[in-house]
Amino acid sequence: MVQQIKSEVLDNRRVGDYHVLSLTAPGIAESAQPGHFVTIAMGGEESSMVLRRAFAIHQVASRGVYGGTLDIAISVAGTGTEWLARKRRHDVLNIVGPLGQPFSLPKQGVSCVLVGGGYGSAPMFILAQSLRERGCRVDVVIGASTEDRLFGVLELKRLASALTITTDDGSTGVRGKVTDVLNDVLQRAGADVVYACGPMPMLSEVARISTKQRVYSECAVEEAMACGIGVCMTCVLPVIGSDGATRMVRSCVEGPVFRGDRVRWRDINTIPADAIGAPDSGGES
Amino acid sequence: MSAVFVAGGDPDRRQPIEQADTGVELAGIGLPSPVLTASGCAAAGRELDAFFDITELGAIVTKSIMLKPRAGRATPRMSETPSGMLNSIGLQGPGIDAFIGNDLAWLNERGARTIVSIAGETVEEYGRLAAKLRSSGGFDAIEVNISCPNVADRGQVFACRAESAAQVVQTVRRSTDSRIPIFAKLSPDVTDIVEIADAVIRAGATGLSLINTLLGLVIDTTTMRPTLAGTTGGLSGPAIRPVALRCVWQVHHAFPTIPIIGMGGIRSGRDALEFLLAGATAVSVGTAVFHDPSAPSRIHTELAREVRARGFDRVQDVIGFAHRADDSDGPAPASAQHATPAPQETSSLEDWDFITE
Repeated sequence: MVQQIKSEVLDNRRVGDYHVLSLTAPGIAESAQPGHFVTIAMGGEESSMVLRRAFAIHQVASRGVYGGTLDIAISVAGTGTEWLARKRRHDVLNIVGPLGQPFSLPKQGVSCVLVGGGYGSAPMFILAQSLRERGCRVDVVIGASTEDRLFGVLELKRLASALTITTDDGSTGVRGKVTDVLNDVLQRAGADVVYACGPMPMLSEVARISTKQRVYSECAVEEAMACGIGVCMTCVLPVIGSDGATRMVRSCVEGPVFRGDRVRWRDINTIPADAIGAPDSGGES
Repeated sequence: MSAVFVAGGDPDRRQPIEQADTGVELAGIGLPSPVLTASGCAAAGRELDAFFDITELGAIVTKSIMLKPRAGRATPRMSETPSGMLNSIGLQGPGIDAFIGNDLAWLNERGARTIVSIAGETVEEYGRLAAKLRSSGGFDAIEVNISCPNVADRGQVFACRAESAAQVVQTVRRSTDSRIPIFAKLSPDVTDIVEIADAVIRAGATGLSLINTLLGLVIDTTTMRPTLAGTTGGLSGPAIRPVALRCVWQVHHAFPTIPIIGMGGIRSGRDALEFLLAGATAVSVGTAVFHDPSAPSRIHTELAREVRARGFDRVQDVIGFAHRADDSDGPAPASAQHATPAPQETSSLEDWDFITE
């Protein structure tokens, strides 16, 4: 059940190039599942920033007097995230969540490969925990441009059956992209499922490799959102439905998690001509 | 929000109230609140119902619906701007048939008052939309979004020319039950909004929705290209509030008896009060929903308090109050509405035979 609450900042700590904020979130944390996200209003009530920012839920916990709490990872990329990264203990934020469709979890203890690009590894922590609880094998691949842009290496080492790290500059792990090592990891793990979160080009490639290897994949997309709750139609991308038809669907309510083989990755930022309601589709009914 | 609805009957029972009676009459429709959603910022109400009881609002104004399913424009569709945002969604939607079958049916079942916004590419399309709605029923008013490119006029926006704006409104009026109010939503991107208002009133508009977004542009300095895939977009949010308020003021001054739904950057009860004082009978809350999904409900409560704090018992009484004559200042008279004498009336509505169909 989605809620809008006043949330207190419990902690703000640096992790590599990122900030991790711990927030009180009674009612939200308890119902959060891996892949869910929250949105946060930027800059207070008289803010000139009218749009909320979306953050994947990184961790949830129950902390005594605070009730449910959750952690989010922030990459400072503009005025809003700069403001958020300056928040300190006892500051109050307006948060909405849990939002979106979470990752679907296998019923049996299958072999799973989790792929995170940059701080796209943030939502993989509660996902890995849930999968381990179900008796799944959990292999993790994370990558970033440099070592500082990796997120959560130490913790993931504990959570993962095997952890593979890549960096573009080779500052740590294998030099290259996560997608350069993915084929090997899938084979070594005998993967049944791939879960991924990160930049769109990475997700596109992860989905392509997984589908080619006949491994089921789910990707949490990073589309720019305005409302986060499904009313504004900003965050759409072309997705093939179970009926085979392509629709421009909202990543905030129908995603952010999509089946990798259902997203038309090459057609993102376009309206495919055969999408329902496309200008020249002729398929309008 | 329920505490706001103070019984209006027995004066003795109207104990010290903190909130004014929020009921207003909009073009003959009794609304429990002057606060509405804004078209395009609330979809068809369902998502916002998770944050507050949408039946306690004045009405849900639905996202502009077109004849056929429509995929909209490519992304990026949105860019945040100082105290606002620029959008170029391109009227993505399911088309009128699916809208009536799913969204309107849900709103009826939910018991929400509904103003259906329609948009077309040709005058004829608006007529067909109105005819479909006439058959379905189940709504309280139509808002005509005329800020769309007119295919028959080299893509010129209907709302920017008095003649084409009037043609659309006239067609919708002819295809709509005469008891159903029609609000024409005007664009501020015109030299003289009063002239356009005059034209659509003559053509049969019951009321006016003021204002639609302003056309704007943002350039991404990294890619050194326009940020939005659609190049230009509609500017909304608090940045446009003074422009919207000016439009409401000018149009109310010229046509004091024509009901106005005011909108443009409203995000607090005080902002809403400004619009009512300028002459709006109701207000739509749009972009504020993106910042605070509970905004319409919150603004309703804030407005009731703001009005009461100024000595008024009824929200209805502040409508147009800012237009009162200089010598009529003083503590909150209950009969403040339309204190200004009616200025020049440019035409007689009776001249237009299609108004009462």
